[in-house]
Amino acid sequence: MQIKVKVNGKEHISDVTPMQSLAAYLREELQLTGTHIGCDTSSCGSCTIIVNGKAVKSCTLLAAQVDGDEITTIEGLAQNGEMHPLQSAFKENHGLQCGFCTPGMIMTAVNLLEDNPKPSEEEIRHGLEGNFCRCTGYHNIVKSIQHAADSMK
Amino acid sequence: MIPAKFEYIKASSVSEALDLLAKHGDDAQLLAGGHSLVPAMKLRLNQPGAVIDIGKIEELKNISEDDNHLVIGAGCTHEQVATSSLVKENAKALAQAASSIGDLQVRNMGTIGGSLAHADPAADYPAVILATGAKIVVEGSSGKRAIDAADFFQGIFTTALEGNEMITEVHVPKAENGVYLKFSQPASRFAVVGCAAIKNANGVSVGLTGVTDTAYRASAVEEAYNGDSKAASEHAVDGVEVMGDHFASAEYRSHLAKVFTERALNALT
Repeated sequence: MQIKVKVNGKEHISDVTPMQSLAAYLREELQLTGTHIGCDTSSCGSCTIIVNGKAVKSCTLLAAQVDGDEITTIEGLAQNGEMHPLQSAFKENHGLQCGFCTPGMIMTAVNLLEDNPKPSEEEIRHGLEGNFCRCTGYHNIVKSIQHAADSMK
Repeated sequence: MIPAKFEYIKASSVSEALDLLAKHGDDAQLLAGGHSLVPAMKLRLNQPGAVIDIGKIEELKNISEDDNHLVIGAGCTHEQVATSSLVKENAKALAQAASSIGDLQVRNMGTIGGSLAHADPAADYPAVILATGAKIVVEGSSGKRAIDAADFFQGIFTTALEGNEMITEVHVPKAENGVYLKFSQPASRFAVVGCAAIKNANGVSVGLTGVTDTAYRASAVEEAYNGDSKAASEHAVDGVEVMGDHFASAEYRSHLAKVFTERALNALT
């Protein structure tokens, strides 16, 4: 079956099978490998992307479901070679260790700051409940998001 | 990747979805947000021949009110329910339950209708749906009917829905004073025990989830309540066969049910 999606501003028309997850489609068809597949059971959040403005776990969506939708992945955040404030903040605040969870963390934080531009530490931690960092680097992830929120004011 | 083959069909209206359900019969599953169905299909716990996607049916995505009720479309996401000012003002317990489901990403996809139809014994909504005395409106090839919450949940993953029916709306009686509290399973955030308490003209109504194979109205607590939350909460599991599993033994769950009932009742006053 055919789907039409806009990914990071670019339109794609692709043939997909019903069984294909959105995460697999992004990685394998569009070579957007910044979206990571960790648990593949919608627990870890490393596959988080933005669909129509909302953070979702792309391992638990079928590619077929997003026909006609607008998608942003981690590759779509930087503009004209300039990192997104969240990306800079993660870099400056040591918000990543191995880096596997980072794209998902940042994409969730994009939705979080969209809904709540000045979140408290508790609100950030609540917002990140669906993202695991197995390096356990949560303190600096939270700090990065706080700094990004400040810089985006 | 889903291991077993299936046909994917997108429905653009309720009537189209009902026609497809009638055509494919028991071989079909409805997909709303897909956050219970897709994981089950990955594990081959569910192997439908046809998946009917109802996730883009706009007529299922509204929240409105009449004089005494909120009318919540079955396709509303948990995030929509949690953040709707109508819900927060008129059914606080429902907004609290919705905001406690899973995580942000799950709440952005999962729907109230999908969750109710799935009827997980540890799901949050059923406690509130029972305590508020909500009605679940379903449509099928033989027409439309409203099912009382008390008749809807029949057992583990089992509801009063017929194979050719789908939930279209949930009618929740307005109540200013209500609360939902739960003890979350720390990884999934499903309710090990969840308690909804609603204050109304006749006293209180209490719904419990996570305790046994399906959510229930704690009538013994309601009858015993005369302002003493602790004494009433002792009746939280009266007549109930309490579940035990690797998260919580039956004894511990019973204890949690009483503690959370007491806390919910205290939070009402």
